[in-house]
Order: sequence, then structure tokens, then C-alpha cells
Amino acid sequence: MTKKKSKKELLNRNTESVNIDITQKKFRLSDFLAEKVIKGVAFLSIAIIILIFVFVFRESLPIFQPEKATVGLVTAKQEVQETYGEVTDSLSTSPAVQETYGAVKDTTEVQEQYGAVKDTTEVQEQYGVQTKDTLGGIQADDTYTVSSGSGYDHNRAALRSLGTTEWVPVSEKPRYGILALLMGTLKITLISMLFSAPLAILAALYTSVFANKKMKEIIKPTIELLAGFPSVVIGFFALMVLATFLQSIFHYDTRLNSFVGGIAMGIAAIPIIFTITEDALTAVPKTYYEASLALGASRWQTAFFVILPAATPGIFAAILLGIGRVFGETMIALMATGNAAQMDINPFASVRTLAATIGAEMAEVVFGDTHYNVLFLIGSLLFIFTFLLNAIAEFYVKGKLLKRIQGK
Amino acid sequence: MIKNKKIDIKGVAIEGATLLSALIIIAIVVVMIVVIVNGGKQQLSWEFLTSFPTDGMTKGGIFPAIYGTFMLVIIMSVAAVPFGTITAIYLTEYAKENSVIAKTIRFAVRTLAVIPSIIYGLFGLGFFIKFVGAQVDSTFYGGQLKWGQPNLLWASLTMALLTLPVVIVSVEEALRTVPKDLRAASLALGATKWQTIWKVVLPGSISGIMTGTILAVSRGAGEVAPILFTGAAYYLATLPGLSDQFMVLGYHIYVMTTQSANVDQTLPIQFGTTCVLLMLTFLLNMTAVILRYRIRKKKNN
Repeated sequence: MTKKKSKKELLNRNTESVNIDITQKKFRLSDFLAEKVIKGVAFLSIAIIILIFVFVFRESLPIFQPEKATVGLVTAKQEVQETYGEVTDSLSTSPAVQETYGAVKDTTEVQEQYGAVKDTTEVQEQYGVQTKDTLGGIQADDTYTVSSGSGYDHNRAALRSLGTTEWVPVSEKPRYGILALLMGTLKITLISMLFSAPLAILAALYTSVFANKKMKEIIKPTIELLAGFPSVVIGFFALMVLATFLQSIFHYDTRLNSFVGGIAMGIAAIPIIFTITEDALTAVPKTYYEASLALGASRWQTAFFVILPAATPGIFAAILLGIGRVFGETMIALMATGNAAQMDINPFASVRTLAATIGAEMAEVVFGDTHYNVLFLIGSLLFIFTFLLNAIAEFYVKGKLLKRIQGK
Repeated sequence: MIKNKKIDIKGVAIEGATLLSALIIIAIVVVMIVVIVNGGKQQLSWEFLTSFPTDGMTKGGIFPAIYGTFMLVIIMSVAAVPFGTITAIYLTEYAKENSVIAKTIRFAVRTLAVIPSIIYGLFGLGFFIKFVGAQVDSTFYGGQLKWGQPNLLWASLTMALLTLPVVIVSVEEALRTVPKDLRAASLALGATKWQTIWKVVLPGSISGIMTGTILAVSRGAGEVAPILFTGAAYYLATLPGLSDQFMVLGYHIYVMTTQSANVDQTLPIQFGTTCVLLMLTFLLNMTAVILRYRIRKKKNN
């Protein structure tokens, strides 16, 4: 043993009698297991992200497929017969008929084919004699009336109506135009960002550059408290107090509109924008500040022309995450925006956001229905959107910020 | 003196504008608290907190909602805190700072933090209820509907996912405050890595784990969107079990303000409930802020 006075050697000398060779790692089962378990659990957060995407998207998948059992009327004789039989048994319920007629897009087409069964012998051959036996003339008429109302492919129709502006999910012919919802969401996002971004960024600038220690100790905990406000409380405040207050100032007609909703969501987004901006501003090296002051610039010039530009990527990230928060905000949207899906640029008109639509309608929808699938599709859109926003904020912005501050 | 200090009007105005923004934010917070507490204070009484709603929800207390919130956050914490703590331990103790795995996990955690809460609700419905619950039902209950429907357990687990990043971030911050010397000393004395973590690092960061738990509870108590369709109920005459739907404060506020037949008549209850929820989250957050402040102070020393 050498007489070097390193820590290890000292330790070894003291415990010479035990004679532990610390250079060689001894295998310990408990340690090995602990490490494996910890590693496994740590991967859980990645797994959750993947699971969320898979399961939210999975529930929306049926909408991309034509409805099941859409085998052509003429080609699959057996199928047709079976279903006709069912319908004659229970005329009131239409799902079975719906499925059979799935492939047929036009109801008049159905009529023609159906008529053919009764009239011409040509089609009779295709359907087989049994069809004629099981279906009497009157019964056939009844079947037709049942099928005519719902006799088209719900999924195709829903998919085709997605690009329209009408959101009428509960009706004879449901339409799922998400454009009005998208527009409402964007409008609210814009209003809330116009309100909260300047406020939060200026306040962050004040806190990190101008404020003395005492003010800092007031502002920061206040922001943290605001961050802890449940969104339902902010929504309640907007619904009960803010809406009335703003209406008395601006004198608009609808009490709950995108303006009120936007302001309320802005309040919810302030803590996010503030915190990230403040972090970015504090990350700017102090030497920048001192150099600028030494060159004769005043404090505000330093703040606006040196520190703020240096932290731009961080502020950009803050706004992106603020947008993400507002985009997916549900409770405030449900309570304070009026919930009317309409295309209107007027900020004082009621709107309905994507997230609010999911929140309001999911509880009343039939599981597995087309409407249900469309709501999950909206959910997937929201997920992808916020995921992308976060990814941009994370990789693009952070890289730029580091480059700029380290002067590379 | 090189230059007489003139009163720079532009400078004062701009500094004033930044100060004003900060004051506006503070004012918003103060006004919200004052209005809600003012509106709810006469409603607050022991009876309001401990009795069931009566007369078709127009009178009575909010006890089931408080109980539901309580159960929700407890089950949620039991699920979220261990997993969050272990993930944080992995990130600080095992993973190399710049390894791909650590970076990916960090990115995943931050993504989890920004995913809209309504998406968690959809996930809870699609995964816990329609997938796990339905599987359990068909395996153990012969297809009878028991777990394949919205209930307290699935709502709590959904909420646990939502609060997981809160726990991870707080605990990670606390773990980093444990000095490297302590770890080195422990290892030098012959303790294994796991013994070091269990006996030295974790006890040293217990206040950080507390902070994370409190913040998670505060978040979980206030969120409504994830439980809208994974278990929250409008009214229940009995206290819920694991497989029942449940009442919860936030959802109670939402239904009372938007779906109630007589909104004006129930106004005091609405204010009272909001006041209770606000004070609950307020207290929790205050505790967390103070705890965190002390952790940061310790770090700086």
C-alpha cells in the first residue's frame, strides 16, 4: 500500500483489518434490483406520453374507416339476407339497417335497388328467392322508411363535414365542422395573449431588473399563488364578476363572449409567461448589465436594449407555452365564453373552443358513437398541437438562447 | 461628476410602466381573493362544511364534495408521489446529466406538464375506463359492469398522471440541494449507492418531497377537466367507495354555476364552495412556497 494521502487510501488504512478492496465493485443484489426498478419507473413518464397519444388517437380512429359491414349489397347476398331478417324482427331499431346500407351513399340509390327487388326479375336472381320470401311487400316498405333516415355512412359524412363551419353534432344529419371551433379557439388565444403577454413580460422585466429585494419578495409569491389558482375558480370569477364588470365598461350585448373568456384565460396564462420570462431574463449574465451601464446607458435603456433582446428566445418560449395553456384550457372556456359555435371575428361575440366542446359534450355522448370519435379526434388535435408547441419551445428556443448567451 | 443626473422623463415613464404591470397583476390576484372571500364568508359555517346538500341542491352543505376531494387527492398522492420521487431519484442519482435517456425523460416530464388537462380526461376515459376497466370486468366479473365505468379510482389515477410532473420537478430540485460531500462521505464509509440514497439523500430532501406532494395535492384539488367524465358526479346521497362516482369541490362549482336550474338562488352556495376551494389551494400553496423558500435558502448557504 502506498503512502499517498488520497481519501481512498486513508480510508483503506483505517479499515485495514477488514481488508475491503474498494477498487473492485462487489455485486449486490439489492443495489442491482434498486437500480433496475428505479430505471424502469423513470421510463414511465415516456411511456405515459406514448400511451396518451395511442389511446386518445385510438378512440378517434373509427372515423377514418368506413362503417363496419359495408359489404356491397349486391355482392354479399348472405349478408343482406341476414340483415333484412333482423330488421323485420325489430323495425324500430335501425342500427342493423344502418350498417347494411353503409356503402350506399345516396338514399335514392337505395330506393332504386329496393324497387328492383320487387319489380324486376333480374335483381331477384341476385338476391336469391329467399329474400322475397322473408320480406313481404308491406314489410319491405317499412324497412325502407326506417333506413332512409339513417341510411348513409356516418363516418364518411362526419369526416367530410369536418372542414365545414357548422357544429351540429346532435341532429338528424349531424355535422361536425370544427372550423368554427378552431376559429373560436384562435380568437380567444389571440385576445388572451394580447392581454397577458405584455403584462407578464413587463412585470417580469420589472422584477428582474428594476425591483428591489422587498418588491421581489412580494411579486414572486403572488405570482406563485396565482399559478396555484384552480382554473375553475378563475372561471367562476370571470362568470360572476368580470363579465358584469367588463359589460358595464364596453356595453356589448352578449354578456359571456370571447373577450371575457380571453381576459380570464390571460389571467390563467400570466404565471406561466411571467415565470419563464423571468428565468430567461435572470439567465442573462450580469456582465451585460454592468457593461451597458458602464458605457453610459441608463437603466431602462439597458433593460430594453440589452437584457430584453438577449432573452428574446426565452420570452418566445414563454409565449408559446402560454398559448399552449390557453389553447387547452377547458373550465374557463366552459364557464365564461358563452359556448356558441359561430364564425364571427367580433371579439364581443360568443364563441366555443375545441377544449370546451370536449368538456361539454363528452359526458352526454354515446360511447363508441361517431360523435364520440369526433370528440377524441379533436382531443388528438389538441394533443399534437400542444406537443409541437412544447417541442419548439424546448429544442429550437433553448438552443438559440444558449448560443446567444454564451456568445457562440 | 461627469454629467449631472437629469430627471429622465422617458426613463421614469418606462420604469413606471413595468412597475404598473407588476402592480396590475398583484391587483388582479388581490381583487379575485377579496371578491370571492367576501362573497363566500357569510356562507361559511361548520354546518355548511359538514352537511349534505338538501332541497334539490339549493340548500345545505357541501360535505360530500369535500369528502370526495379529500379521497381524490389521497389516492392521487399515493399513486403519484412514489413514482414521481423515484423518477426524480433516477434523474439526479443514476442518469448522466447529458445522456440521451435523461434528456428524453426530462422532455417527457415537461411535455406531461403542458398537455391540456382535458386530454388527461380523454386518456382516463380511453385507457383506464374503456381499456383497463373493461378488461378487469370481463376477466373477474364476467362482463358485469363494475370497473368499466367512471369512478373514484380511475379519476384519482388520471389526476395522478396530471400531477406527476409537479412531484418530479419539486423532488428533483430538493435532491440537488443535498451536498455532494454527504454522498461522497456515505460512499466512502462503505455504504452502497442504494444505501446512500435511502439513508442519506432521501432524508435530506424530505422537505422537498413534502413540497412536491403539497403542490400536487393543490393542483389535484383544483383541477376539474380531467375528472369531468372519469368520475365526477352532480349529486350523490351517499359517500363514495372506490368504484363509485363522487362529488368534488371544483366540479360542484362548475355544475352549480352552469347547469343548475336556479342559478340565483344557489349563488351563496356557489360563492361558499368557491371560497372553500380557494382557501384550500391557497393554504396548500402558501405552505409549499414557504417550504420551498427554506429549501432554496439552505441551498444558498
